[in-house]
Amino acid sequence: MASPIEQFQIHPIVPIHIGDVDLSFTNSALSMCISVAVASVFLAFAARRRALVPGRWQVMAEMAYEFIANMIRDNVGDAGRRYFPYIFTLFMFILFGNLLGLIPGAFTYTSHIIVTLALALTVFVAVTMVGIVKHGLHFFTLFVPSGVPALMMPLMIPIEVISYLSRPVSLSIRLFANMMAGHTMMKVFAGFVVPLGAATFGIGGLAPIAMDVALTGFELLVAFLQAYVFTVLTCLYLNDALHLH
Amino acid sequence: MGEDNRPPSLDNLEERLRAARRHRGADSQQNGTLSGGPPGMSGLGWALRIGVEMVSALVVGVGIGLGLDWWLETKPWFLVVFFLLGSAAAMLNVYRAAMGFGLAVGYKKPDDGGLGQEDTVQGNNAGATGEAESEDDSEDTEGER
Repeated sequence: MASPIEQFQIHPIVPIHIGDVDLSFTNSALSMCISVAVASVFLAFAARRRALVPGRWQVMAEMAYEFIANMIRDNVGDAGRRYFPYIFTLFMFILFGNLLGLIPGAFTYTSHIIVTLALALTVFVAVTMVGIVKHGLHFFTLFVPSGVPALMMPLMIPIEVISYLSRPVSLSIRLFANMMAGHTMMKVFAGFVVPLGAATFGIGGLAPIAMDVALTGFELLVAFLQAYVFTVLTCLYLNDALHLH
Repeated sequence: MGEDNRPPSLDNLEERLRAARRHRGADSQQNGTLSGGPPGMSGLGWALRIGVEMVSALVVGVGIGLGLDWWLETKPWFLVVFFLLGSAAAMLNVYRAAMGFGLAVGYKKPDDGGLGQEDTVQGNNAGATGEAESEDDSEDTEGER
């Protein structure tokens, strides 16, 4: 029986070694390419007709657009509209990674912390740069909590800085942990099907199958929810950087 | 689809577009509800989020401590200090997440500026002048702040 964590193994498809650096094209890279391609094809295909009365595909694409546009409007305000392309791309990349990973046998790149950490660090660095470019050194007043006596400042500022630095960590851990836990759980239940079925003439195997069906639905929800959470937190961070309180 | 026999009325399209644009500037009242996490978040999801908030601040604090100790060769001292600071930051993160402050560092309460005020400013502008001008206005005030 396959181990429940075997699905997370990365193996090279096209081995590329430059010096000591392993730049192999792995199954993870392949699934990233696939989801980028699927997302691009979906949006291009949906926008192909540009009908005033949208068809099914166009409605789906418009819903995705509206969803992110509203999210930015509600959380960042009008100043955030110029960051729409990046946030929308981020959302689609995570969403399609989560959703396509649910196809049996597919690889889920969002279940790897290095992928989610890279995404989160990109957001973190970009948001910090935006804040510094927009506000200059004034940006660092973000770390000075209001209403705190000056005596407490040497203690409070390091705490605020650590709290700020913990953002990319929590952002990446949340996405990675949710995806990895869900996929492991599904695999564990799937592993019960054959042994339990063999012991009880096939009847006992139905219970884990039912559980996996329920879990698949739940994982669909988690796939959307985690893509949403990642993006909404990006918006909140952007809001902090743009409008220092 | 399949409603091609009933042509959509384009008479008031301009008006509706204008209304939508106004909505764009004015409708930011949901700020508070969204920042606390998705409305339908389950108990487990909430627990996981709080847990992650705590762990990540501790990870960062301990990481900085170990890094400084390794760099300056002052074995346990920076680790001790930054472990405590990391714990404090973890508590702060959890407090902010639980109070629905979002994750704003150095957050002020909504009633003394910050997000709350922005809402009213945008709302007033949109109500008074309407349309595109209000968007420019609110962006300017945001820039000044």
